Amino acid sequence: MGEVPGRGLTKALAQTFRRMTKPAVTTQYPDVQPDLPPRSRGVIALIEENCTVCMLCARECPDWCIYIDSHKEEQPPTTPGGRPRQRNVLDRFAIDFSLCMYCGICVEVCPFDALFWSPEFEYSEFDIRDLTHEKDRLREWMWTVPPPPAHDEHAADPKEIEAASKPAPRKGAEAGKPETGTKPVPRQAAEAGKQAGTEPVARKAAASKPDAATKAAPREAAKKATQPPKPAGEDPKPPGAAG
Amino acid sequence: VSDVIEVVVRTGAVLVAFLVLPLLIGQTEHKVMAHMQGRLGPMYAGGYHGWAQLVADGVKFVQKEEVVPAGADRTVFRLAPGVAVVPYLVALAAVPLAPGWVALDVSVGIFFVIAVMGVGVLGSLMGGWASANKYSLLGGLRTAAQLLAYELPFVLTAASVAMAAGTLSLPGIVEAWEPWWLLWQLPGALVFFAAGLAELQRPPFDMPVADSEIIFGAYTEYTGLRFALFLLAEYAGILLLCALTAVLFLGGWHGPAPETFGWLWTLLKAALVAIVVIWLRVANPRLREDQLQRFAWTFLVPVALLQLAITGVVRIAL
Repeated sequence: MGEVPGRGLTKALAQTFRRMTKPAVTTQYPDVQPDLPPRSRGVIALIEENCTVCMLCARECPDWCIYIDSHKEEQPPTTPGGRPRQRNVLDRFAIDFSLCMYCGICVEVCPFDALFWSPEFEYSEFDIRDLTHEKDRLREWMWTVPPPPAHDEHAADPKEIEAASKPAPRKGAEAGKPETGTKPVPRQAAEAGKQAGTEPVARKAAASKPDAATKAAPREAAKKATQPPKPAGEDPKPPGAAG
Repeated sequence: VSDVIEVVVRTGAVLVAFLVLPLLIGQTEHKVMAHMQGRLGPMYAGGYHGWAQLVADGVKFVQKEEVVPAGADRTVFRLAPGVAVVPYLVALAAVPLAPGWVALDVSVGIFFVIAVMGVGVLGSLMGGWASANKYSLLGGLRTAAQLLAYELPFVLTAASVAMAAGTLSLPGIVEAWEPWWLLWQLPGALVFFAAGLAELQRPPFDMPVADSEIIFGAYTEYTGLRFALFLLAEYAGILLLCALTAVLFLGGWHGPAPETFGWLWTLLKAALVAIVVIWLRVANPRLREDQLQRFAWTFLVPVALLQLAITGVVRIAL
């Protein structure tokens, strides 16, 4: 209560009345489906045709909830007299969603676009063993994966397009050069966006970060040998951008 | 014979109103309270926006086991809910809806209604005493203290209206009512309403049933139908308080419409007051026991006395 007796009372009455005139926040979930944001993490879908059994997802998974079995098959040479090739064939791909913590590292790390996020989330089971989805079930989820949302209007181009539109690298600079050339651009854009308070750009940059980090790791190690030591935890990017 | 039929019809109408209107108030409370808190309230029972929620609750209460504590005073314990409900039914019969529309035309109506309403509180007192439970006893004693404190301003303000109208009959008071009384009797109306709320143990005066400290006061040991009866008594009490406020202070059936719609005006005014009762419950925290007593004795009683004096002076001056 303030100085005037009963002021708190009238304030409370006004507050509750104003609240009553606004729509309720309750969502009637089983009757009305929730309006999920894009990139919602519901369930992980698999295109098994894209999987090369590289095992990256299974190894990166913090919960070890991805089970992959495979065998090698010998393929006859394509040209007469050629060498027969070996090919990995996927026998089993299963994700145990009772262990999965929905971190999405497997989706991020997959180099062949075999794993996707689907927004479907209604797959609870009475038996915990039924939460292990085998590859045919993971394939079925693929139908529920939405097309990726359109890019924001003034956002920086995706890094693939940016890389393609760059002039070809000069003769002298080999291997790592074209990649390092493309990397800093979205990051700078992201920082500019963060300062301007435009959220979507920052989010996109964050989404592209993990694979940039993993790919940059060996290079960074090589660079450390030649350059003076830097404080730990510092972003390795600025020297790459300068060089 | 026609007299008998008339009595039966009038009693039946009161009974129907007594059983339907409290449920209506309860449902409104569910909905209004929910929306004031940004929720939707009951949405399933009955299909359309949960209109049958209280019917479903009633069915649930009927199915529950009737438990009487081992140490309880059985007879008093089982009698208490009836004592709590019936007075409100009787008092409701004396409330006029429109000219001539009153089941029980007592010449001392206002006196009768207030006296009978006071009996209703005895139900909680009996329940609290007979339950053999310290929380029930505490609740019952708080009820008693509250009744003592708030009955006085309640009666004083009602007396003020009776003085203004020069009659104790409820239809007579409405007959004599004029719009400028709204201003003249305003302090009295507010005190009457607040004291009535306190007597019904409605928030913010719900210390006797403060669930966070004494579980549910006098009703702690009750289950099933008897518990439902106590709840019904609470909502019937709201109905009676709202009807009385509408009749005594808001002019009952007076309103800008033909006389035939008088009953609608009474109901509308009562409904409006009922919504204010719900609104106060949502907006305010509970008063502490000492605040509760201080509010009654140092604020409501003086204001009621002042109102009485104003009424007397104006009455003599006119």
